[in-house]
Amino acid sequence: MTSYFHAVTLNKDKCVGCTNCIKHCPTEAIRVKEGKAKIIDERCIDCGECIRICPQHAKMAVTNTLEEIKRFRYPVALPAPTLYGQFKAGTTVDMVIAGLLELGFARVWEVARGAEIVSRVSGEYFREKELPKPVISSACPAVVRLIRVRFPELINNILPVDSPMEAAARMAKMEMEEEGCPLDEVGVFFISPCAAKFTAVKNPIGRRKSFVDGVIAISDIYGPLYGMLEEMKGAPRLQKSTGSGIHWAVSGGEMRLLPKRSSLSVDGLVNVAHVLEDVVMGKLKEVDFIEALACVGGCVGGPLTVENPFMAKTRIVALAKRAGQPVDLLPELPEGTKWQDFTWTENLQPQAVLKLDDDLAEAIRKMEALDEIHKSLPGLDCGSCGAPTCRALAEDIVRGQGNEVDCVFKLREKVAELAERMVALSSKLPPSMNEKKQKEGKQ
Amino acid sequence: MNDKSRVEPIKIRFPVEQGDFVRAGEASSKIKRLLLQLGFSADVIRRAAIATYEAEMNIVIHSWGGFLEAEINPLKIIITAQDKGPGIPDVELAMEAGYSTAPEHIREMGFGAGMGLPNMRSCANEFTIESQAGKGTRVKMAIWETEEQA
Ligand code: SF4
Ligand code: SF4
Repeated sequence: MTSYFHAVTLNKDKCVGCTNCIKHCPTEAIRVKEGKAKIIDERCIDCGECIRICPQHAKMAVTNTLEEIKRFRYPVALPAPTLYGQFKAGTTVDMVIAGLLELGFARVWEVARGAEIVSRVSGEYFREKELPKPVISSACPAVVRLIRVRFPELINNILPVDSPMEAAARMAKMEMEEEGCPLDEVGVFFISPCAAKFTAVKNPIGRRKSFVDGVIAISDIYGPLYGMLEEMKGAPRLQKSTGSGIHWAVSGGEMRLLPKRSSLSVDGLVNVAHVLEDVVMGKLKEVDFIEALACVGGCVGGPLTVENPFMAKTRIVALAKRAGQPVDLLPELPEGTKWQDFTWTENLQPQAVLKLDDDLAEAIRKMEALDEIHKSLPGLDCGSCGAPTCRALAEDIVRGQGNEVDCVFKLREKVAELAERMVALSSKLPPSMNEKKQKEGKQ
Repeated sequence: MNDKSRVEPIKIRFPVEQGDFVRAGEASSKIKRLLLQLGFSADVIRRAAIATYEAEMNIVIHSWGGFLEAEINPLKIIITAQDKGPGIPDVELAMEAGYSTAPEHIREMGFGAGMGLPNMRSCANEFTIESQAGKGTRVKMAIWETEEQA
């Protein structure tokens, strides 16, 4: 597992080592060591849960700045549909797009349209190919990584089609090229609700290289854009997406367009893990398709958004309604493309980061040791040792990354033991002195 | 260099209660997690998860209670599901897909479609079942890595 890039990182100066985050990480990827949180790289799935939970705002996402679009002669903005729901009532999609152009982008290619393409491609995929049931959506990169880390048995259930972001980026580049812009001068920037998307650009899913050149957080572009919206009131018709694409910003949006299927939509990582657990045990046989999103409410609940997710959802639904949508009708593919263009070229591999050892026999031995250590710990799951649970500490110890006395209770026991031994020791005098004492006693 | 068969196997046992639908699946879930940490292949984990879950559900639905046990060594996983209960009068019939003795109210909950035993047999590399009317049932399954699976 060499140098896996992560968008989620820690601002050391802000972290006070409070251990709030360690219990909320779905993959137990955080430890507090020497007073600072530390993310275990190969375990982190960039879900952003720790960004939300940190009271000090010490967890953050690395993204590109708006300044960086200047590196390119033709910067293109790819707004996630989530962006449309961030502003106050009366803000239209046209206004948002006009604002982005005003901020310096040469073009805007809506990711909502990318989502429409993906709906179409998914429909074709279902018709043409066999996949193990239930098929699981690949749209949320945090969920895809959760599966690679915690549910490797379900890797083949993942729908191997591009995400709306990738589909949009590909189309944007294709169109710019047709217009005669040299591709090395075109920079495509995704305006993102989450850190996981940035990670997915750096470590592409199902492809060797992403079509996206940079990722800007919604929370970073919000301010500049907000200040501009008032002047964009009379913007012309710029929106090309329909309601079906816009709906992808909220959970349930993706499966709307997969007609005649028994689909299930689940959001929030804890809930997602629960559903996946049931899938593995064969409990959900009647379900054909699972739309799973890491954030509560879907991407409107993304860690890099600004607006309250429930408010944002209401707005998205209203905007989608206004845009109109073909009911039961899959959108057409853009001219000059075929559905296969938007499917993966690379196989997804599991990431066996949870196993105790590469050698099974050794792993079993370690598991025995782990159980023994776990039994000896107080079982309070207090987190003072810097690990999320007593079991996690036991696991760290057998992996050689922790120590029994990291546990404050164990430490106290050891200190008490030591004190006892010291008392016992102090009553024992060296034989030479002993004799003297005896003599003294006799006198 | 490492003689795999000489490793002491891990043995864990979970009690399973009759009619406890709320906790049903917990034992299978824990066994699954263990297998993942030990580094078994996705295929083995998948088959073991389905087999243990079906076995656990059978105890919950059909018996008066029992236990689920997993014995894990590097070469294979042996799952034993043993219960006290009415037993299965005709084991051969019960092995046919679709045959079920689950009472109506349990079928209405979506369980007991009669796929349990055949499902378990298809997931396991070795499968044996013994049942005694009025006493109980014991299912023993062995699962190991097979060649075809990468
Ligand atoms: S981003 Fe998610 S997986 Fe990564 S450390 Fe934070 S909570 Fe854990
Ligand atoms: S649900 Fe959406 S915003 Fe949240 S992690 Fe997944 S893709 Fe990102």
